[in-house]
Amino acid sequence: MYQYDQLDQAFVDQRVAEFRDQTRRHLAGELSEDEFRPLRLRNGLYIQRHAPMLRIAIPYGLLASRQLARLADIARRYDRGYGHFTTRQNLQLNWPRLPDVPDILAELATVQMHAIQTSGNCVRNVTADHLAGIARDEIDDPRPYCEIIRQWATLHPEFTYLPRKFKIAVTGSPEDRAASEVHDIGLHLARDAQGDIGFTVLVGGGLGRAPMIGQVIRDFLPLADLLSYLEAILRVYNRHGRRDNLNKARIKVLVKSLGIARFREQVETEWQLARASAARLPAAEVERVRGFFRPQPYEALEDFDASAGREPAFQAWYRYNTRPHRVSGYRAVFVSLKAHGQNPGDMSCEQMEAVAALAERVSFGLIRATHNQNLLLADVRQSELYDVWLELERHQLAMPNIGTLTDMIACPGLDFCSLANAGTLGVAKQIQERFNDLDYLYDLGDIEIKMSGCMNACGHHHVGHIGILGVDKHGEEWYQITLGGSANGFTALGEVIGPSVPKNEVAATIERIVEAYRGLRAEGERFIDTFRRVGLTPFRESAYATHPAAA
Amino acid sequence: MRRILRRREIVADDWIHFGEDAADGAALIVPLAELRKDPGRWWQWSGRLGVRLTPVDRVEELANELPRLDLVAVEFPNPVDGRGYSQGRLLRERLGFRGELRAVGAGVRQDQVFLLARCGFDAIELAGGEDADAARAALQRYDVAYQPGSPETVIRRQRFFA
Repeated sequence: MYQYDQLDQAFVDQRVAEFRDQTRRHLAGELSEDEFRPLRLRNGLYIQRHAPMLRIAIPYGLLASRQLARLADIARRYDRGYGHFTTRQNLQLNWPRLPDVPDILAELATVQMHAIQTSGNCVRNVTADHLAGIARDEIDDPRPYCEIIRQWATLHPEFTYLPRKFKIAVTGSPEDRAASEVHDIGLHLARDAQGDIGFTVLVGGGLGRAPMIGQVIRDFLPLADLLSYLEAILRVYNRHGRRDNLNKARIKVLVKSLGIARFREQVETEWQLARASAARLPAAEVERVRGFFRPQPYEALEDFDASAGREPAFQAWYRYNTRPHRVSGYRAVFVSLKAHGQNPGDMSCEQMEAVAALAERVSFGLIRATHNQNLLLADVRQSELYDVWLELERHQLAMPNIGTLTDMIACPGLDFCSLANAGTLGVAKQIQERFNDLDYLYDLGDIEIKMSGCMNACGHHHVGHIGILGVDKHGEEWYQITLGGSANGFTALGEVIGPSVPKNEVAATIERIVEAYRGLRAEGERFIDTFRRVGLTPFRESAYATHPAAA
Repeated sequence: MRRILRRREIVADDWIHFGEDAADGAALIVPLAELRKDPGRWWQWSGRLGVRLTPVDRVEELANELPRLDLVAVEFPNPVDGRGYSQGRLLRERLGFRGELRAVGAGVRQDQVFLLARCGFDAIELAGGEDADAARAALQRYDVAYQPGSPETVIRRQRFFA
């Protein structure tokens, strides 16, 4: 993985010193809460319902064992012994004390970590495919480009105070595992006719209010032009994005109001003018960064079926929680943070330490955070899978439900977040309890539930096969259900099924929906495919069949 | 007398804003809208002339007039309106403005000065109540940068170059 050089280290150290001074001034009354807010947000610090929340950056989801162990240590000493992994591959601490935050950031800096630009109206953590570098269908590893963009965007003098937050995702495979089409900018690695690397550039995707799917602004952008082109897009957005209405300030609104053709024209014009003064990306710098992401020193091994002859529980885990690897003899292993009875994405410090140690032993000391709020050990020898399973099982991290209905995404909701209308975690628990039978889950197959506690859509509900959105009705929590959303390959926004349902009816309604699917599906047909074939109507009829009172 | 930060030094301001008491021959900063309203008067002004832009003003429209201006002031109405950073860079890098580029307005605080200087602002007129010494020190909060930028700050290591 990328290692800081003197510049990177000096930068995070100086950033900590700056924030320590800003926090001191705030606590001394020299900076009001209004004045302090944009400064603390750009250092990952929210003030939440109960306490501050610190969102720590995990650039493109990649962590070293010593970093995960340090996160565990920080969670234990400064928080309540756990953390929450998010859909953008970051880690949130829910209970730090404000005066401690500069010390936490200083500790992070000692292991080459930070919380810079994980919130606020600036360029956020750049995310990538969690199978980067090991996927069989990959054109090129996206992570070096994520790292280059991360550096370029860090405290960018022109783009630190944008109209609204700005999210970039980079993918290297035809299958989009990073939800790149619902990002402000999605970059898809591609090769031109000469075989040279570049990107297809999408712009204007985003969830939240008025969700939109990104549109292609450029079919092929040569790698050397990456930074100048990003600069052109950001400049057009910084100058012309709306600042009068927070709900209309994302770049997607600008793209929509101009239309993609006119927006493209503005960006291309700006790009031609700006290229001379924009940051260049020399080949030597690309090579330097790529050098940190070379393939691991894999052994020459044969593939074999590690599950043959083993007990059914291991076989189920092998089938659902491991994935093929580009290199024979290896598999990628999901660490499920979706055990029933647990908040999706939550992890205790004991679990973090166990996974850090395990990764050190079996996966080159590296761990990845996934967009679906799980972790991944990317490079495990097939011969070690059984021992890895036992170890994960010992720490309640082997729930064999990856890709099933209970591998759901959920934001922290009303229990923590001051924006939320509704408690997502209670609903998650309700769903876990109702769908506790693994055989039933396996029969349902690949179904993604994504749940957000409010319109800001941190839980990506619009792109869930089943989306759940918490809404407030006269002070009560209700839930709106959408069907047919998708964020991989064929991005689609879910359709609202009908009136929202009260909290205690959510799991039952979902059960009626999936029962309808069981009745409607063709042999081997996935939920999303059945939905695309038959449409919303039969699902709507079933969902409300025994619930006429919903209004 | 107002004090400003100019080229890393705290100095007495030798410019007058439109609406302040301006004697004949004073160096005067007029809003762009005012300049457009009465160009005959302002272009004949007896002293040095500067213009003040709001965040919605398009810097490109000034291209032909820049050689006749000694100063361009860019307004930051609050600390989170970032349009002025783009205006500053465009004035320096695209339009080649070499006069004084000054950040003005309620948004000009010590926590903004490093970014302003990197974007080419060589003069910083702090918002009322801001500590000029702290702001001067804040120019050197970082001695490293990833992006290319103006030499208004001393940068020891830099990653990307123009």
